[in-house]
Amino acid sequence: MSPVGMMGAVFDLHRPAHVVEWRFIQLPVANLVVIALMFIVFALAILLPFPGASGRDGDGA
Amino acid sequence: MNITPARPRSWTARVRESVVQALPLDKLFPDGQPTYVASWIYAFGVASVAALVVIIGSGVILSFEGPAWWHYSSIGHFINSIHLWAVELFFFVMVVHLWGKFWMAAWRGGRARVWMTGAISFLVAVPTALTGYVSQENFDAQWIATQAKDGLNAVGVGAFFNITNFGQMYSCHVLLLPVVVVGLVIAHVLLVRRHGVVPPFELDSRVASMVAADGDAKASSP
Repeated sequence: MSPVGMMGAVFDLHRPAHVVEWRFIQLPVANLVVIALMFIVFALAILLPFPGASGRDGDGA
Repeated sequence: MNITPARPRSWTARVRESVVQALPLDKLFPDGQPTYVASWIYAFGVASVAALVVIIGSGVILSFEGPAWWHYSSIGHFINSIHLWAVELFFFVMVVHLWGKFWMAAWRGGRARVWMTGAISFLVAVPTALTGYVSQENFDAQWIATQAKDGLNAVGVGAFFNITNFGQMYSCHVLLLPVVVVGLVIAHVLLVRRHGVVPPFELDSRVASMVAADGDAKASSP
């Protein structure tokens, strides 16, 4: 099975997308997943240490 | 005797002097970055630029081959997919970059133009992507165009920005809007080089208090 076929088997692309509805707002679940990923990446970018950051000194500017 | 150096007559020399004064080479190509830049949150600006480079590169290839190429060529399909996913990545990292800079209040210290060029780049990138989605030449493009036309008509721009007009959308997508986005991004990066990366709040206030203390010391000295 091709990778696209495998993805289709997992996500079932033959059905309409799942949509979350709240009043006039309609958001596909896929878009909500991407938004959640952005929040997670944002938090990780702040929390995770940058490689070699502790060894630096001076402002370098 | 006060001797003021004469302004050069040649306009090229005047432009050169203005450019070098506005952006000296040591600021354009610095030896290093401040210590506080050693954080992942500062990596998303350059990630946006990297994604934009891939978008422009793949877009140039697609523009040479035409909008239908990816329908009948596996290489065309691959390049089109590179283009699409680079756009998705571009928006992803640009939004994280935007959030980071918003919460840093990155317009501090005379950096208003840095913030504005970045924000406007984001706003112009949205119609750039939209015109790309309606240039796919498939049912998805038709669906997006027919759905979006009602919204665009509702805000009154449908008369001159007709999203169901493929020629207009394709022209906007491959030339007009990318030129604006790339121009704004270049201006944004040059302004970042000129003003430097915005310092954290604590460092900013410490520098301000040191400058104030230095001023007080000079004022009180005989």
